[in-house]
Amino acid sequence: MGFPHKPHPRETVLLSRYFGEADARSYKGWVKRGGYAALEQARAMEPARVVDIVKDSGLRGRGGAGFPTGLKWSFMPKERKKPHYLCVNADESEPGTFKDREIMRWTPHALLEGTAIAAHAIQAEVAYIYIRGEFTEPLAIMDKALTDARSAGVFGNLKIHLHRGAGAYICGEETALMSSIEGKRGNPRIKPPFPAAAGVFGMPTTINNVETLAAVPHILTKGAAWYKGLSLSSPKSTGTKLFSVCGHVQQAGNYEVTLGFPLKDLVYELCGGMRPGRTLKACIPGGSSVPILDRAETESCLLDYEGVVERGSMLGSGGVIVFDDSTDMVYQIMRLARFYAHESCAQCTQCREGTAWTTKILERILAGQGKTADLDLLLDLSENMTGKTICVLSDSCAAPVVSGIKKFRSEFEDYIAGRRKPVMVA
Amino acid sequence: MPEELVNLTIDGVPVSVSKGTLVIEAAKQAGVLVPHYCYHPGLPVAGVCRMCLVEIEKQPKLAISCATQVAEGMVVKTQSAAAKSARTGVLEFLLINHPLDCPICDQAGECELQDFTFQEGRAGTRYSPDYPKRFNPVEDFGPDVLYVPNRCILCTRCVRFMEDVAQEPVLNVSERGDRAYIGVHPETRLDHPWAGNVVDLCPVGSLLSKDFLHKARAWELDKTASVCTGCSQGCNVTLDTRENVVVRVRPRPNLEVNRYFICDHGRMNYRWMNRGDRIEAPLVKRGGELHATDWQDALERVTTTLRGAGPRVVALVSPRASTEALFFARELFRGLDWTGAFQVVMGEEAPLAGVPDLALRAERAPNGRGAELLGYGREYAAALAAAESAAVVLVLDEPDIPVRAAGTLIYAGTVLPERARDADVVLPIANVAEEDGSFVNRDGRVQRYAQAKPAPGMARPAWWVFSELGAALGHGEPVGSAAEAFEGVAQAIDALRGLSYEQLGFVGKSAAVPVAA
Repeated sequence: MGFPHKPHPRETVLLSRYFGEADARSYKGWVKRGGYAALEQARAMEPARVVDIVKDSGLRGRGGAGFPTGLKWSFMPKERKKPHYLCVNADESEPGTFKDREIMRWTPHALLEGTAIAAHAIQAEVAYIYIRGEFTEPLAIMDKALTDARSAGVFGNLKIHLHRGAGAYICGEETALMSSIEGKRGNPRIKPPFPAAAGVFGMPTTINNVETLAAVPHILTKGAAWYKGLSLSSPKSTGTKLFSVCGHVQQAGNYEVTLGFPLKDLVYELCGGMRPGRTLKACIPGGSSVPILDRAETESCLLDYEGVVERGSMLGSGGVIVFDDSTDMVYQIMRLARFYAHESCAQCTQCREGTAWTTKILERILAGQGKTADLDLLLDLSENMTGKTICVLSDSCAAPVVSGIKKFRSEFEDYIAGRRKPVMVA
Repeated sequence: MPEELVNLTIDGVPVSVSKGTLVIEAAKQAGVLVPHYCYHPGLPVAGVCRMCLVEIEKQPKLAISCATQVAEGMVVKTQSAAAKSARTGVLEFLLINHPLDCPICDQAGECELQDFTFQEGRAGTRYSPDYPKRFNPVEDFGPDVLYVPNRCILCTRCVRFMEDVAQEPVLNVSERGDRAYIGVHPETRLDHPWAGNVVDLCPVGSLLSKDFLHKARAWELDKTASVCTGCSQGCNVTLDTRENVVVRVRPRPNLEVNRYFICDHGRMNYRWMNRGDRIEAPLVKRGGELHATDWQDALERVTTTLRGAGPRVVALVSPRASTEALFFARELFRGLDWTGAFQVVMGEEAPLAGVPDLALRAERAPNGRGAELLGYGREYAAALAAAESAAVVLVLDEPDIPVRAAGTLIYAGTVLPERARDADVVLPIANVAEEDGSFVNRDGRVQRYAQAKPAPGMARPAWWVFSELGAALGHGEPVGSAAEAFEGVAQAIDALRGLSYEQLGFVGKSAAVPVAA
């Protein structure tokens, strides 16, 4: 259910069931709704058993990469020779994505419960929940929930810390997040070593997304097979997923559907379709870092990890940005590039220089001073920015540029040829 | 335990390296230099410049060779189309905000950005001249370091040096994206005693030495392997000379002694090598005045004095003199009752925290151990007292001679201090930059230094002077080179037995027997 709108009958309401119910935020209210039963259940099991259940459920990371969660947990050393850490990535900063925010606002205990179960599974005694700095309200709610649950003795020996970010998008990248927790500049690190070998403070660490962990209690109580059964298309994509829809739809918001749900139905049915008199032009299906889909691709796309890849994009974080026919795609792409140029951590050359250069070229095109060679140059720069850096921020800047030029080339050419009025000043 | 070796191929050249070696280091063994900026063997790996991208067979993406360890059977291609194009791309990105002010940049000629751009960069830029380049004003970082942010490629070598090697983290990367620059802590300066190394580490002309600022173009410099005379550590250095003037001292890598670094004291300790007020001819006393003469005359005067000398001889020597000179000086006194002593100026010790056993040592002399090894003592005051009544006093390059000798005073030196005017004979000698020679450092390591410039006028290496004198006294043939001189030392001194210049090379060797303190 995508608060504040009423649940749509085609939604599968699991994580968002209590969105809008203020009482669910309290410890008592959560327990009344069956909360923390899954944690007790998990605590009665061997950690390896919990890992197996999550493995069997087919749950995949909801932060963007879609890595199988149980498998990730199984990478942690079996014996605890060093302290193990769990990091919860609540630094949701991907433009167009606002699902973790709602989970923390309405069901903070769902996240805490999932966190405690994961910590048990990977034998961590400390968990850090890294909350985006701008999320002041979710932070306050999480803080209250943590205090209440802690005083109720829910977590046993597990120490959970809330760590507030300071406004850097890059800190949502898992290794940068660890650097930030350590008190260092939020720079991504080279992998290997992978976090399970040497993560935060050099210790074995697992990093999970908020939505991923919020799904874990449901898997424990209802079973792996049940969760695996939640799939409309590919058996490799199981469970429900929150999609944050924004842009030119009648009713923006969070929608929870079973994976494999048609993107077309999400846009036209659940979100009420386009504004009157407008038609769908394009859609970014998985947060701003993924390639743009044109109308035909959008209308034939199934929302699961494989389905979106088949259409040439990625499921990512599930941030769906919808554009209608009034949209200036060149401008939109420039805005995205400008965002990445601003947020680049400045370590890798291609990203530091490439994101800014890309932005300058796009701005000049929008100012009516673009050159014909600019488009090929943009594509070539994007090629140099893809797959060659420590993290994928640089790739994320290139993805909308490359797909945008490929699918909406004439809009760029109109600016360059002077057929379109400049919208920026050089 | 035998070292585990890994076999791999780099650009078709098979190499075997020890397990854990980085591809970029293995490539050096295959004779391949993978272009790089942020990587430096003396610093922790950062992997940020992305310049050293290479293709590795069976890997989906290009890999940075500075952060990839070798694996058995690995096939590395540094020259594949994908790898070259990626590096060309990096160079283009690095240059868009680079001012290209090479004609006024001190780094030009020894700039890695120039070198690799020349090697595999694009002929022209695609960055429109309409776009502004990043601009930040020059910053005064510390006593000897200027930061020119416009030239900076943010390789972070300087930041990592201060953080991990000097362990005084006063530098950082400030800001993000293409606005980033190297920041210095607002309440401190870059004044660590080893801070000057950031200038050497900087691959471009962004961190500059104020001392070397606009002094010379890199291609005008001659480079000579030498050993620092600043203290008893014996750091290996390179003397850069321009037109026979020493203009810069830089570290010369030696993993056993100084890794890749030297301290600022050593770095700045070279101006005396260029002193203009040198003794250029031998001087002998005639009628109460010193008169210039030729070597034959001067040497004859000394041999005559020594032949007829009473039993008591005192030698006051400098611990900056070469081992060879100290040896042949000693040989002059064969059969005589002689005392030799030296004094060492003391200063504050300044360790480099991240490198074990590396420090600016309190003992500010390069060859104290060598002097001890040859029988010179540290009882300087006693030697001074003895000198007053000695028949002959030999002073070797100690300009501050606090002695009024009753007997004959022979002064061998580079300059002529007022007190040396009492000498009966003055022998002009070469300084460390003007001769070949060797020192023994505090750990007993014997290290050679080479001649960087000619000695002025008739000045000669001290070992030559004393060996000529020795020969005239009938102690065998004179030596013609420092190598030959060292052979003599090695034959006579147990701790050095078996060593030769050839064996020492330019990284030196430990003396066979631990030197007594």
